[in-house]
Amino acid sequence: MPPLTLTVFWALAGMAITGATLCITRRSPLASALWLVVTLFALAGLFVLLDAQFIGVLQVLVYAGAIMVLFLFVIMLLNLGRPGPSDLKGPVGGAVAALLAGTLLLQLGGVGSSGPPDVIRMPEGTVAALQREQGMVGAVARPLFDTYLIPFEITSILLLAAIVGAVVLAKRKL
Amino acid sequence: MSLDLSIPRGLLLALLPELVLTGWAMILLLFVAWRHRTTRDLRVAGGITAVALVTTAATVWWLWWNQAGVAGIAQMVAVDDYRWVTDWLFLGAAGLTVLVSFEYLERERLLAPEYYVLLLFAVIGMMLMGGAEDLMVLFLGLELMSIAVYVLAGFDRRNPRAAEAALKYFLIGAFASGFLLYGIALIYGATGTTNLSLVGVQVDSLRLGSDPMLLIGLGLLLVGFAFKVAAVPFHMWAPDVYDGAPTPVTAFMATGVKAAAFAALFRVLTEAFPQAGAWREIVAGLAILTMVAGNLVALAQRSLKRMLAYSSIAHAGYLLVAVATGTSAGTAAFLVYLVAYTLMTLGAFALLAAKGRGGESDVLIDDLAGLASRRPWLAFALAVCMLSLLGFPGTAGFIAKWYILLAAAGVGEWLLAAILVLTSVVSAGYYLPVIMVMYMKPEPFEQAHTGVKLGRLAGVAVAAAVAGILYFGVRPNGLLDLAKETGVGVKPVPTFTVEPSGR
Repeated sequence: MPPLTLTVFWALAGMAITGATLCITRRSPLASALWLVVTLFALAGLFVLLDAQFIGVLQVLVYAGAIMVLFLFVIMLLNLGRPGPSDLKGPVGGAVAALLAGTLLLQLGGVGSSGPPDVIRMPEGTVAALQREQGMVGAVARPLFDTYLIPFEITSILLLAAIVGAVVLAKRKL
Repeated sequence: MSLDLSIPRGLLLALLPELVLTGWAMILLLFVAWRHRTTRDLRVAGGITAVALVTTAATVWWLWWNQAGVAGIAQMVAVDDYRWVTDWLFLGAAGLTVLVSFEYLERERLLAPEYYVLLLFAVIGMMLMGGAEDLMVLFLGLELMSIAVYVLAGFDRRNPRAAEAALKYFLIGAFASGFLLYGIALIYGATGTTNLSLVGVQVDSLRLGSDPMLLIGLGLLLVGFAFKVAAVPFHMWAPDVYDGAPTPVTAFMATGVKAAAFAALFRVLTEAFPQAGAWREIVAGLAILTMVAGNLVALAQRSLKRMLAYSSIAHAGYLLVAVATGTSAGTAAFLVYLVAYTLMTLGAFALLAAKGRGGESDVLIDDLAGLASRRPWLAFALAVCMLSLLGFPGTAGFIAKWYILLAAAGVGEWLLAAILVLTSVVSAGYYLPVIMVMYMKPEPFEQAHTGVKLGRLAGVAVAAAVAGILYFGVRPNGLLDLAKETGVGVKPVPTFTVEPSGR
């Protein structure tokens, strides 16, 4: 990987992790939601680094755009803008969490240095070639309606179940 | 009948049970959109649900009868006997739950027929889990089931305990899904595929048996599943959630939901990781912890519903023993135990629903005193369920436990077998007092049991469960043969050979 790509990767990765950490430690829901936007933008950048520009754009449009607006609407509607009591578990809980996270990071660090076996690694530039051939949308859409048709259709039932559940929980009269 | 999943016809046939049930769920959803005000609408919705479950079971039977199978490695969904048997189990558990729910919903004034729609969605999710041949389908099925059950747990919104149960279940469930998803991502990273059989092939051919990325992925996957099946030490949510949810929903969670998580766990471990043996020790450790902690804490419970919740945790431990053996004898024992466990747990919760009011969380074991003289049949049914949960000879619970013991002894897991027997003895300390107070203590005051009423349909459900427990306790051969044939179906794929699966 060229050194510039690597630098950009580490910058975006650091941004994503910082954003995620701040998102779960802020006391104000509004601040949490805004830090989540930072994480989602960093993820979009990571997708672009992986030659998946289309998914990167979708990430910004759908998650950082539509879903975040929805989050903010709900926070405003329920009037949750003020910081609530902190639910962090104090220094001991924090130390345990840091220890576990550190262990996981160390183990994953070892994994990262060895990398996946060459057999399953796609040759450099495969995705770019695919995109030249079918266009960026086609490279996503084709597998979605072909190989992954069944999971895709299950997702629609999943969303329907979530909508029905939300209506049941929220409707005025039981 | 060999199906080709790459053409639409084969795909439709392979997914026929799920499609039929989804179709019925849509019909029911349209029905309740217009008719959702009176108790009559609720009954009709329940009736449609029952018909939906029966027709789906018939569809599954038709595929089984035609020996549907797939040539080579199945994509996305498996087409094998294991899937059909687990489908029947989920449909049966849902059917009994529907029978119990009819009168319960009216009695507790939960007049919202969406209950049945969510139940059907949950069953679709379970069937996808039992038949998932791909980690992605598995995850989506799990989420479909979980989302429907989160709402069902909090269905009684007026009850703060139910709301607490739903929220707790939702948060812990989302957390567990995160673990599961991260595990799946790492497994994909290590093997380059999410197909279970192909993961097995890759682990074998690339010698990934001790690859750190694969093992971390497997570990996170196990943590996610351990949350879902409520294995100790990931069980903290279970007693509160089982206690707070409406009793028929608790019965459904303790049987169907747990069975689905176990069915999926078993398929993943035996198909994708036969070569990565590390999970055997982990699952065995979880089994020991779950059996010991579940049984010991259950001893201290006074509330019947909480006792049943901890007993359900203990039974998850016995099932984990069967999973840890990982042989085809283990598969058969596992399936037989799931069937027996579903019958006895559903029966016990249905009887609890008859005894209590307003969520039943305040029914103490001592409140059952003298039930036998007032309601001899109810007391008899509850006694049979308790004896079967204990594993008393002559009941399905005994046979099922016996097969797990045989399977564990067959692979030399003597420690697991010994702990299983010891903890079963301990469990007598909380199952037998229920029978004792019913039969040997006098009624605390006149009319103590006048409110106890088992509705007609719930009565049918309990009678079916008790008949099943006694029948399989005396003649388990048919069930065991079915389970054994199934056990051959789910087997490790050591090499990349294309063979026609099917019976």
